[in-house]
Amino acid sequence: MDFSQHFLSILIWLPVFGGIALLAIGDRHAEGSGWGGTMRVTALIVSALTFLISLKLYAGFRNSIAVMQFVERVEWIPSLNVFYYLGVDGISAPLILLTTFITPLVVIAAWDTIKVRPAQYFAAFLILEGLMIGVFSALDGLLFYVFWEAMLVPMFLIIGVWGGARRVYATLKFFLYTFLGSVLMLVAFIYLYRLTGSFDLFVFMEVPIGMTAQKLIFIAFLLAFAVKVPMWPVHTWLPDAHVEAPTGGSVILAAIMLKMGGYGFLRLSLPIVPDGSAYFSGMMIALSLIAIVYISFVALMQQDMKKLIAYSSIAHMGFVTLGFFLFWWIQGDSGAVLGMSGGMVQMISHGLISGALFLCVGVLYDRVHSRQIADYGGVANTMPVFAAFMVLFAMANAGLPGTSGFVGEFMVIIASFKANFWFAFLAATILVLGAAYTLWMIKRVIYGDVANEKVSVLKDLNRREFIVLGVLAVSVLLIGLWPAPLVDMMNATIEHLIERIGHSKL
Amino acid sequence: MYNYYLTIVLAPLAAAIVAGLSGKQLRRAGAHWITILAVGLSFALSVFVLKHQVIDGGAVDNFYVYTWAVTDGLRMEVGFLVDRLTALMMVVVTFVSLMVHIYTIGYMRDDPGYERFFSYISLFTFSMLMLVMSNNFLQLFFGWEAVGLVSYLLIGFWYKRETAIVANLKAFLVNRVGDFGFILGIAAIVFMTNSLDYATVFASAESIAAQDIEVISGSPWNAMTVICILLFIGAMGKSAQAPLHVWLPDSMEGPTPISALIHAATMVTAGIFMVARMSPLYELSETALAVVIIIGAITAFFMGLVGIVQNDIKRVIAYSTLSQLGYMTVALGASAYSAAIFHLMTHAFFKALLFLAAGSVIIAMHHEQDIRKMGGIRKYMPITYWTALVGTLALIGFPGSSGFFSKDLLIEAVRDSHWHGQGAVYWIAYLSVLLGVFVTALYSFRLFFLVFHGEERMDDEIKSHLRETPWVITVPLVMLAVPSAIIGWYTVQPVLFGNYFGDAIAVAGNHDVLAKIGAGWHGSLSLVQHAVQTPVFWLAAGGALTAWFLYVKRPDIPATIKDKLSGLYNLLDRKYYFDDLYIKGFAAGGRAIGRTLSEKGDQFLIDGILVNGTANAVSRLAGVMRQLQTGYLYTYAFAMIIGLTMLLGWLIWLR
Repeated sequence: MDFSQHFLSILIWLPVFGGIALLAIGDRHAEGSGWGGTMRVTALIVSALTFLISLKLYAGFRNSIAVMQFVERVEWIPSLNVFYYLGVDGISAPLILLTTFITPLVVIAAWDTIKVRPAQYFAAFLILEGLMIGVFSALDGLLFYVFWEAMLVPMFLIIGVWGGARRVYATLKFFLYTFLGSVLMLVAFIYLYRLTGSFDLFVFMEVPIGMTAQKLIFIAFLLAFAVKVPMWPVHTWLPDAHVEAPTGGSVILAAIMLKMGGYGFLRLSLPIVPDGSAYFSGMMIALSLIAIVYISFVALMQQDMKKLIAYSSIAHMGFVTLGFFLFWWIQGDSGAVLGMSGGMVQMISHGLISGALFLCVGVLYDRVHSRQIADYGGVANTMPVFAAFMVLFAMANAGLPGTSGFVGEFMVIIASFKANFWFAFLAATILVLGAAYTLWMIKRVIYGDVANEKVSVLKDLNRREFIVLGVLAVSVLLIGLWPAPLVDMMNATIEHLIERIGHSKL
Repeated sequence: MYNYYLTIVLAPLAAAIVAGLSGKQLRRAGAHWITILAVGLSFALSVFVLKHQVIDGGAVDNFYVYTWAVTDGLRMEVGFLVDRLTALMMVVVTFVSLMVHIYTIGYMRDDPGYERFFSYISLFTFSMLMLVMSNNFLQLFFGWEAVGLVSYLLIGFWYKRETAIVANLKAFLVNRVGDFGFILGIAAIVFMTNSLDYATVFASAESIAAQDIEVISGSPWNAMTVICILLFIGAMGKSAQAPLHVWLPDSMEGPTPISALIHAATMVTAGIFMVARMSPLYELSETALAVVIIIGAITAFFMGLVGIVQNDIKRVIAYSTLSQLGYMTVALGASAYSAAIFHLMTHAFFKALLFLAAGSVIIAMHHEQDIRKMGGIRKYMPITYWTALVGTLALIGFPGSSGFFSKDLLIEAVRDSHWHGQGAVYWIAYLSVLLGVFVTALYSFRLFFLVFHGEERMDDEIKSHLRETPWVITVPLVMLAVPSAIIGWYTVQPVLFGNYFGDAIAVAGNHDVLAKIGAGWHGSLSLVQHAVQTPVFWLAAGGALTAWFLYVKRPDIPATIKDKLSGLYNLLDRKYYFDDLYIKGFAAGGRAIGRTLSEKGDQFLIDGILVNGTANAVSRLAGVMRQLQTGYLYTYAFAMIIGLTMLLGWLIWLR
C-alpha cells in the first residue's frame, strides 16, 4: 500500500480504529498499571502518531496553489454516484492540524482525572478526532454529511456519560439543536443531487442555481452551520453543553467542533450559493455584530467560569462570520481576502485559546470541584505558575497583540472598516468588553488574598498539566508573534474562493 | 547599526525572560544583575545611536526585521525607524529605566516578588523600545498594548491588595477605551492607504486630507480629521488626558519605582510621542489640532487643581503628572511638537526624580504615604531633601532649571499660536497653561513643605527609625537630579531652534511658532536673565510663596479655607466626580445591560420561549398524536377512509 496515496485516509481511520481497539482493551485494571496503563498509553500513542503524521500536511502542503491536495477519490456507492472523495486546501489543512494538535493534549489532560470508564472516554475522543478530520477533508456531499452526523454521537456520549449534574438536559439540547440544523443540510444536498446527479462538491459549485433555490439552500445550510458556530440567536445550547461537559469535551467542543460551522460556510455556503450568500450577507453581518456586542455583555455577568468562557467563545466566533461575509460590502478593491483570512486565523486562534482556558478551569475544578467564580479568589497565592498561565491565556482572549488572539481580530476589524465605519466600530467594542469580562474574572479568581480554605491548600500545576498548558502557551505566542506561516497557507485558497464567489451562478 | 538596534531591543527582553522563568533558581542578585546589565547595555548603545544620529550626522535608518504576515496586498511587518526623535526617546527610556532598576534593589529589598518585579520592568523596557522604534502602525500598536500589559501587571503587583487589583483592572479597561479609538484610527489609515508603513502613509497624507469619510451617512467628514481624532483617543488613554485620565491616580497602587518609570517618565508619554511622530498627519487637520489643544488645556489646568487637595504623597505627584502631560498635549495642539518632546524629556527626568524621592521618603517612613503624618523630614534625609528640592524647582520652572526652559518656551509657543484664531480655543489654551503655572507651584511646594519642613507630625516609633535611605536609592536620585537641574540649559537651543528633529517632525509653514520664537532667540543665559520679565516667573513665584505662607508661616489657614470653600473643596476632593460617574454610570450600567440581556434575552426570550417553548409545543403535539394512536383497528380504518376521501377529492376537483 502506498501511504502517500492514502494520506488523509490514514489520518481519519488511524484514530478511529485506535479508538475501537481501546474499546476492546476496555477498563480492566484501569486503576493499576497493566491493562490500565496500556489503555492510556495506547490512546496517547495513537493521538500523538496522528499528530506526527499530520505534520506532513504542513510540510508537504503547497501554499502557492488553490487546488485540492492529497486527493483520494474512489467510488463508494456507484448506484448513487457517491464517491469516497477526500482532499485538503488552505482552508481545511490548518483546521485538520488544529484537530490533531489538540487531541493529544486532551488525552494528556484526562490522564488520571477520569475515573469512570476511562477506556471508553479515550476511545470516544479518538473516534471523534477521526470523524472531525473526515468532515474537514470530505469533498463529497454525502460523505461530508455522514462524517458530520457521526461526529455527534461520540460528543453526545462524552457529555452524556462523563458530564455534570444536568447532563441529560444539556445533551438533549445539544443533540436536537445540531441535529435539526443538519437535517436541513441533508435536504439541500438531496436537492443538489437531483439537480446534478452527483454529490461532488465541485459539481455543486459549478452548477447554475436559480435565485429562489439559492436562498432556500442558503437557509438550509445556515441552520446547520449557525447552530454549530454558534451564531446569535441559536447559541443557547453552547453554554449548557460546556457547563455539563467534562473538561476534555469542552476543549474539543470549543476548539474544534465550533469551527465546523465556520468551515461549512466557506466550503459549502459561499461557493455553492454565492448569490444567496450575497442576498443574506447583510443579515449575517448584523447577526455577527449582535453576537459580538450582545454576547459580550452577557458574558460579563456570568458567575460560572465555564459559562463565561462559553459566551466569550460565541462573541469571538462572531468575528469569524463577520470576516467571512464582508466580501459583498467592501468598498474598493481589497479587504475581502483580509476579512476572510482574519476569520480563518480567528478560528485557529480561538481553538487554542478557548481550549487552554477550558483546561485552566478544568485544573481548578479537579482540585476544588467548583466552577463558580465566587468559590475562588487569590489563587495566585497558592498556584503562582498556574496563575501565570491563566493570565496569559486571559490576555490572549482579550486580544493582546503578541498573542494569537490579536491577529484575527485585527485583520477583521481593519477589513470591516473598509465596508462600513460602524461595522468596525461595533466589532472593536470587543477590545473593551472582551478585556472587561475576561480580566474581571481573573481579578476575582486569580488575584486578591486567599479567599477560603480550599484555595489555601491548592497545589500548583503538576508536570502533566504544566506540559499541556505550556505547549498551548507556546503556540498562542508563536502565532501571535509570527502568523505568516499560517496566513501564507491560506492565502491562495482564499483568493481563489473570493474569485469564485465574485461570479454570479444564476 | 542593524545589530545594535536589535541588541537594544532584545537584551531587555532576554533578561526579562530569564529573570521571569528561572525565578527562584537565579536568586535575587542573579535577577537584578542580569536585568541591570541588559538595560545598561541598551542604554549604552542608545547613547551611541544618539551620538551617531546627532554628532556624526548618521542617516535615518528605516528597515524591516521580519514579515509578520502578508495578505490581500497588506504588508504587516515588524521593523525599526531610527531617527533623531527615536534616538532621543531611546536614551530617555533606557536611562530612566536603568536608574529605576538600580533603585529597585533598595526599594523592593524585602519583597517576596523581587525576581518577578525585575522581570516585569525589563519586559516594560523592551515593550517601550518596540513602541518608540517602530516604523509602522502594527508594531506601534503592539508596543502600545504591551506597555499597557506590563502596566497592568505592575499596578497589580501586590495582588493581595484589593485596591491594587481594582486599580489595575481599571487602568487596563480605561486604556482599552483609548485603544478602541486607536485601532479604529489604524483601520481608517489602512482604508485610505492600504498600508501600515509610516513612510507610505505620510507620503499619501495630502491625498488623505483631500478625501472624506462618511461616518454618519450623508455628512462627510474630512478623512484626516477622522483619523487624527481617532488616533488621539488612543493617546488620551495612554497619556491620561481628560476624560480618560481616571486610571493614572489609581495606578499609584503599584510599587513606587514603576510609578516613576511607567506612570510618569515613559509609558504615559507614549501618547505625546505618538502624536509628534504623526505630525505629518496632524498638520493637515486644524480641527484635530484644536481638539488636541482643548483636551490638553483642560487636563493641564483642572488636574493641577486636584493636586492641591490630595494628601497621599504619590497622588499629589500623579496629579502633577496629569497636569504636565496636559502641557505637552497643549504644545502638540499648538504644532510645537519639538516643545512637547522637549518637555517630555525634562519631565521624564524631574518627575522620575520626584517619584523616586517620594519613594525614598515612603521607605524611611515605613510605607506611610499620608503627608499629614510627615513634616520636618529635611534634617533626617538630607540627600532626599536636596534632590527633591531640585525636582520641585524644575517642576515649577525655576529659572535655569530644565523645567524652566521647556515650560517657558512651551507657553511662549502657545501664546504665539495665533493660527487657531483669537477665539475661544486660543484663550482657553493660553490661559490654562499660564494659570497652570501658579497651580503647579502651589501644589508642588505644598507637598514639599508638608513633607520636609514644619512640625514633625509622625509618631515616635517611626521617628526613631527615620534616616537616609541606602546608596542604591540615593545614587539614582543624584543621577536624576543632575539632568533635572542642568540639561535644559545645554539642549534647549539645538532641540527647539536648531532643527534638531529634521524630517522626523513636520510643521506646516504657518503653524511654525517655534521658528518665530527662534528668530528672537539669544541663548539660554539671555532667557534666564529675562525670566523676571515674564508672567510665568511671577505666577510660579506667587504659587510658591502662597504655599510657603499657607503651609509654613500660617499652617492654621488651610483648614479655614477648606471650611469656607467646602463646595469647591469637595469638587476637587472627589476629583470632579469622574470616578463616581464612571463607576455608577459605565461600570454599573454595563453590568445592568449584561444582566438584562442574560436574564431577559437569553434565559427568558430565547431559551424560555423559543427553545423550551418549542420543546413544550412538540411534546404537546406528541401528546395529541399519541391520542390518535389508540391501538384500536377501527380508529385507523376511520382515519384511512378520511384520508382517502380527501386525497380523491383533491385529485378530482383541484386538478
